[in-house]
Amino acid sequence: MWKWLHPYAKTEETYRLAAKLAPWLLGLGLLGMLLGTVWGLVFAPADYQQGDAFRIIYMHVPSAILSMGFYSGMAICAFIGLVWQIRTCYMAIISIAPVGACLTFIALWTGAAWGKPMWGTWWVWDARLTSELILLFLYFGVIALYASFQDKLQGGKAAAVMSLVGVINLPVIHFSVEWWNTLHQGATITKFAKPSMASEMLWPLLLNILALAIFCAGIVCIRLKNEIFLREIRRPWVIKMVKRAGEA
Amino acid sequence: MQFASFSEFWAMGGYGFFVWIAFGVSFLALFGLLWASTWQEKHLFRVADKELQRVARVKAARNNKAAKDSDLAIDQQP
Repeated sequence: MWKWLHPYAKTEETYRLAAKLAPWLLGLGLLGMLLGTVWGLVFAPADYQQGDAFRIIYMHVPSAILSMGFYSGMAICAFIGLVWQIRTCYMAIISIAPVGACLTFIALWTGAAWGKPMWGTWWVWDARLTSELILLFLYFGVIALYASFQDKLQGGKAAAVMSLVGVINLPVIHFSVEWWNTLHQGATITKFAKPSMASEMLWPLLLNILALAIFCAGIVCIRLKNEIFLREIRRPWVIKMVKRAGEA
Repeated sequence: MQFASFSEFWAMGGYGFFVWIAFGVSFLALFGLLWASTWQEKHLFRVADKELQRVARVKAARNNKAAKDSDLAIDQQP
């Protein structure tokens, strides 16, 4: 049933798949983000307490959720790579890490821009904020560890172990608003309870989460292509591709 | 539509500064990353193409030299 996955252990097949997917994901994600952001900024009603400042949510919540989602994806790649010794997985780790770091930065930045008018401060050493900052450093750690190895197979293994260890931070971020008394508010959307948000506000938020995920997946595809290219630059199929591109 | 005019939209109920730096920097970061990734792709292709041409040049030069050397060897035969 899962046999169709086998060819993707080969870098060549994965490269083709990423090349095919990238433009679609980027286009679809961009369209969705445009719709969701305009919907959120212009058409969604203002919050009764926070006025128009609450509109920052349409960037803050998607980036925050996805900063953790992309970390989970990276950790799954790390697990598969380590258990089944698949090199392509290490390349995926290092393609996801910068995108995840970018999302984490956006979550922190938009949080600061939201915190200033609402809490009166850009930053507090609150449990949610601090654990999210640690997530950023985990991403940096994975990138730096991979970069510091000359042998990229060793580097990939080291980065994979680091990203697996860092998984411990995900539940900490998620439950930080419950375990500790934080300035940060509780979850707006949960899987089990009814969302604590009006549906006119919720729909553009859900759209933006999905669209940002798709857009960032597109960036990951391009980065994965680059990483495969760089690692396999001496392989005949890459040389053939370069020659074909040079003639065109 | 929640806003009567563009200037009202721009002001964001007095929170304009915070809303716009949040969205501005976020999109800047996202598109910066996308731009860097696509630029890297083009750069890699250029570098690889140059390297292939260099390898071809070295090969051609070596063949040339080998041909000359063998000519020389024939000339020097008694």
